[in-house]
Amino acid sequence: MRELLLSLRNVSAAYSGKTVLEGVNLDIMPDDFIGIIGPNGGGKTSLLKIILGLLNPQSGHLKYNIARYEIGYLPQISQFDDHFPITVNYVVLSGLSKGMHLTTRKKSETRDKIEKILDTIGICELRNRPIGELSGGELQRTMLARAIISSPKLLILDEPNTYVDNRFEQELYRILADLNKSMAILLVSHDVGTITPYIKTIACVNYSFHYHPSNEITNEQLKVYNCPIELVTHGPVPHRVMGEHKHG
Amino acid sequence: MEIIQLFEYEFFRNAFSSAFLMAISCGLVGTYIVSRRMVFISGGITHASFGGVGISYFFGWPPMAGAAVFALIAAITTENLTRKKAIRNDSLIAVMWSLGMAIGIIFIYMTPGYSPNLMSFLFGSIITVTHLDLALMLALTIIVMMFFTVFYKVILFVSFDEQFAKTRGIPVMLINYILIILVALTIVLSIRVAGIILVLSLLTIPQNTANLFTNNFGKILFWSVVIGFTGAFIGLISSYFLDIPSGGTIIFSLVILYLIGRLVKMVLVMRRFTGAGTATAVSNGKGPVQGL
Ligand SMILES: Nc1ncnc2c1ncn2[C@@H]1O[C@H](COP(=O)(O)OP(=O)(O)OP(=O)(O)O)[C@@H](O)[C@H]1O
Ligand SMILES: [Mg+2]
Repeated sequence: MRELLLSLRNVSAAYSGKTVLEGVNLDIMPDDFIGIIGPNGGGKTSLLKIILGLLNPQSGHLKYNIARYEIGYLPQISQFDDHFPITVNYVVLSGLSKGMHLTTRKKSETRDKIEKILDTIGICELRNRPIGELSGGELQRTMLARAIISSPKLLILDEPNTYVDNRFEQELYRILADLNKSMAILLVSHDVGTITPYIKTIACVNYSFHYHPSNEITNEQLKVYNCPIELVTHGPVPHRVMGEHKHG
Repeated sequence: MEIIQLFEYEFFRNAFSSAFLMAISCGLVGTYIVSRRMVFISGGITHASFGGVGISYFFGWPPMAGAAVFALIAAITTENLTRKKAIRNDSLIAVMWSLGMAIGIIFIYMTPGYSPNLMSFLFGSIITVTHLDLALMLALTIIVMMFFTVFYKVILFVSFDEQFAKTRGIPVMLINYILIILVALTIVLSIRVAGIILVLSLLTIPQNTANLFTNNFGKILFWSVVIGFTGAFIGLISSYFLDIPSGGTIIFSLVILYLIGRLVKMVLVMRRFTGAGTATAVSNGKGPVQGL
């Protein structure tokens, strides 16, 4: 049952010859929920792009047991032109494409899927809106819908909580926990504190790569992992799990 | 009716047919260009093609063939270097733009004895459209129409978010190259209608007019064709009756249609304000102005 989805061996990333990340060893299992943390420019997005096949690794190799279209992807805020003439409907539909076709066979099936996902994400009334008329959070929800509509085996999210309000953020994690029953999730976030209750394991990315097989992490460990991230974050979030507390 | 009588002339029938065909091609291809903000790239391709015109004159080849070769080279180079990020895109385009014009003018002036009608290349001469031109326009229009209907969604997804499209296994590179080649060919064949200097407006004004009323890619495709054809038809007729070069009158008609579009939109926005019954005097005055 627990079949390996994807494994990375000694993978490194570089842009025009300049290495930005190295020594990545990671096995992704079907029920994984890995939080990826690290400072700005640490190489988190680069790692995701290598997994997605958008960036060729400088060295090392990847072994896939899933097809490319079985990976769902929510990119870090807009890599696209947010005034492009496209409506929410079509953005979400693009998540169903598979090569030159759609994964769905019938028009009604496609429509039902879109309907259902918009409902889950709570953006039904926005379906005919051009994306240029959405708020940041609404756009982010649309991107989430696009990422998960194909029921991927691996879901890759690059800072999905950008722009979304606190209430939807909690709902987002509930949705993800639910999705995690049927798919592996890789979640990049700056805010370690907020995500720890939901993720199962943590990976620290800052030029080097360290995998931490638990969702509790201490400031000391972060230092060892060479991850200059502040664990104690702003604002009181009630059920945050803090490694610090155990030590104290 | 005098307008009906115009169709008795073969030159007018040919001009009308080419306007009709190029309105379709330019409407579809132009929507891609405008949505993807490739107007400057298209300008580069257009002007680069003039180099081909010049060289063809010098060697006595058909000028449109030379223009097509140059436009295709420019299009593929831009696409290729943009992907590799080898050079800043806009600088490269500026170089192609002016280099094409320079090569064109040098070779035309080096051509002994014969000085071609430059004006018709720069500003178009739709009334001299030949049967060969028409056949090529028809072939291109059929290809463009088929490509945009069959692969409508793929084109939309690739144009909107290339990176995401790649993750879905869409052959993004192939689609990009096919589209840029169609852009180049459409531009070259439209030179007959509007000339090198005015061609860009056939690819952008109808789209921007449609875009005033809809943000739906598919609807912009459709309405650009309708608006483009209307403008071309009005332009053609006024060109005949006013005895003014058609390139100018067609573009002028397109601009007028655009301005009418703006006006209609202004009225619609004002109606919505007053219709809602919630508008204050201030927002009533401001709403449409912001639209401008
Ligand atoms: N296209 C690119 N060309 C050159 N260098 C790049 C490119 N993209 C990223 N880099 C560099 O690679 C390094 C890692 O970038 P990456 O985007 O992976 O970081 P990140 O961890 O996702 O950061 P952030 O938290 O800000 O999103 C950075 O130093 C960045 O400057
Ligand atoms: Mg990033």
